[in-house]
Amino acid sequence: MKVKQISVFLENKSGRLANVTEILGRNNINIRALSIADTSDFGILRLIVNKPDEAYACLKKAGFTVSATEVIAVEVQDHPGGLAAVLKILDARGINIEYLYAFLEKSSDAALVVFRVEQIDEAIKVLGENAINVLKGEDVYKL
Amino acid sequence: MSREGIRELQGIRLQETVRRVYDNVPFYQKAFREIGLEPGDIKSVDDLSKLPFTVKQDLRDNYPFDLFAVPKSELVRVHASSGTTGKPIVVGYTQNDINNWADLMARCFAMAGATKDDTVQIAYGYGLFTGGLGCHYGAERLGATVVPISGGNTKRQLMLMQDFGTTVLACTPSYALYLAEEAVHMGIDLPASQLRIGVFGAEPWSDNMRKELENKMGIDAYNIYGLSEVIGPGVSMECQCKNGMHINEDYFIAEVVDPETLEPLPYGQKGELVFTSLLKEAFPVIRYRTRDISVLIEEKCDCGRTFVRMERVAGRTDDMLIIRGVNVFPSQIESVLLAIGETEPHYQLVVDRKGAMDDLEIWVEVSDKMFSDEIRRLEELERKLRNEIQSVLGISAKIKLVEPRTIPRSEGKAKRIVDKREL
Repeated sequence: MKVKQISVFLENKSGRLANVTEILGRNNINIRALSIADTSDFGILRLIVNKPDEAYACLKKAGFTVSATEVIAVEVQDHPGGLAAVLKILDARGINIEYLYAFLEKSSDAALVVFRVEQIDEAIKVLGENAINVLKGEDVYKL
Repeated sequence: MSREGIRELQGIRLQETVRRVYDNVPFYQKAFREIGLEPGDIKSVDDLSKLPFTVKQDLRDNYPFDLFAVPKSELVRVHASSGTTGKPIVVGYTQNDINNWADLMARCFAMAGATKDDTVQIAYGYGLFTGGLGCHYGAERLGATVVPISGGNTKRQLMLMQDFGTTVLACTPSYALYLAEEAVHMGIDLPASQLRIGVFGAEPWSDNMRKELENKMGIDAYNIYGLSEVIGPGVSMECQCKNGMHINEDYFIAEVVDPETLEPLPYGQKGELVFTSLLKEAFPVIRYRTRDISVLIEEKCDCGRTFVRMERVAGRTDDMLIIRGVNVFPSQIESVLLAIGETEPHYQLVVDRKGAMDDLEIWVEVSDKMFSDEIRRLEELERKLRNEIQSVLGISAKIKLVEPRTIPRSEGKAKRIVDKREL
């Protein structure tokens, strides 16, 4: 139920992001979802890829600071209020969301959103109880 | 005084100082005995090179009071400067030392052309740092009107400067520049004000900086030199010829040595400055290695003074940085970085002068251990480092997290410092 996200530390310098994507491309790794959080000096690139372990290894080898984090990929109904419904469930359980971002493609009619939460098992449980679909890692990598 | 007269006086005082440390400071007694030296072997300045050197580490090893030549009850004041290991360098003064220091500093102000009719605004930091109080008592001794405002509070500095009719400003050159820039912002015409003299020191600065300050403030700017270990400000001072700083040779003997071989060098050759105190009671120093690189000039000065001059400090033999008048060692930064639970951190200090103030940026390579996928964690880390640096060094620095291998590696000593200041 958990998805492995690869995070990369990037200085705010031109060409750094291009460099990461180039390495991934060269290693035949496909990006499924990504987001960048940035400050004035640096950014954190977060990636969901088809081969997270390989991505981790080749970025590491290229000298990047990389980490692997567990996140969840949640199906969110693609209509007004869809995301709100999911957030409400998490909020009701007191689960704090660190950040979230959306996928580049859908697995069904629903949109896919990546959630990074502290209490990941708790989140999976409560979403399950509320019939919200949380995708398995391998399903996400295959998208 | 003729050169001979000066040497003779120094010889007499040197003998007294040598006797004093031998009798009262176990560290020196041991050092003398190790090389088979008796106080009686020192008869004149010519015998100076027989004496052992003192280095900063000796001060640390004898922290806090073990190098003092008087019992603690004789001390009327201590000062301290930042140390590299969290322990500062401590120096002490008897009442006579304080009086001598005041005389010395009064002389320095007078050399710059200040008199009892002047109003001296002292914007060096007051406190454990010798700059503020050292200048303070000197200006008082001169009979000037002293404004003991200490550093910071720039708008107020400028307001009082106007209102009090300040004629002499004593502070670091970088702060002077900042004051000058702020004055422009506030619509204050400093060149038209009564300010006429600047006594600037506690950090390296250049002749270009002098010209800039003189133009911006409408003053004559003078370089003053000193270090806590020797006494504080007032070891040497520029006269109105602005051509090197006269060393107060009745209080101190200056030498320049080759930092590698420690051989004394003749006048005119560049090397490490070494000072021996001649009148200090509480904390005499014998051949103290300053790590400052300079040249001694023996030629007679146009002002008529016969004391030798030293050129502006060209650099340092160690890696100490002086930022806004505060001594900073890369090793201090390193220990802070290590303290947050990291293996050997890669870091670099980038010093720049933004506008008027020294700006310290600490570049830290982000290791896997430090890295988090959450911005707030990294920002927390930056904040933690910044606060820690602030509390250890007493200066604010910007922490910049950089990618691994961004900081150049070297085969030998790491290049920890990038100094962009044009000093």
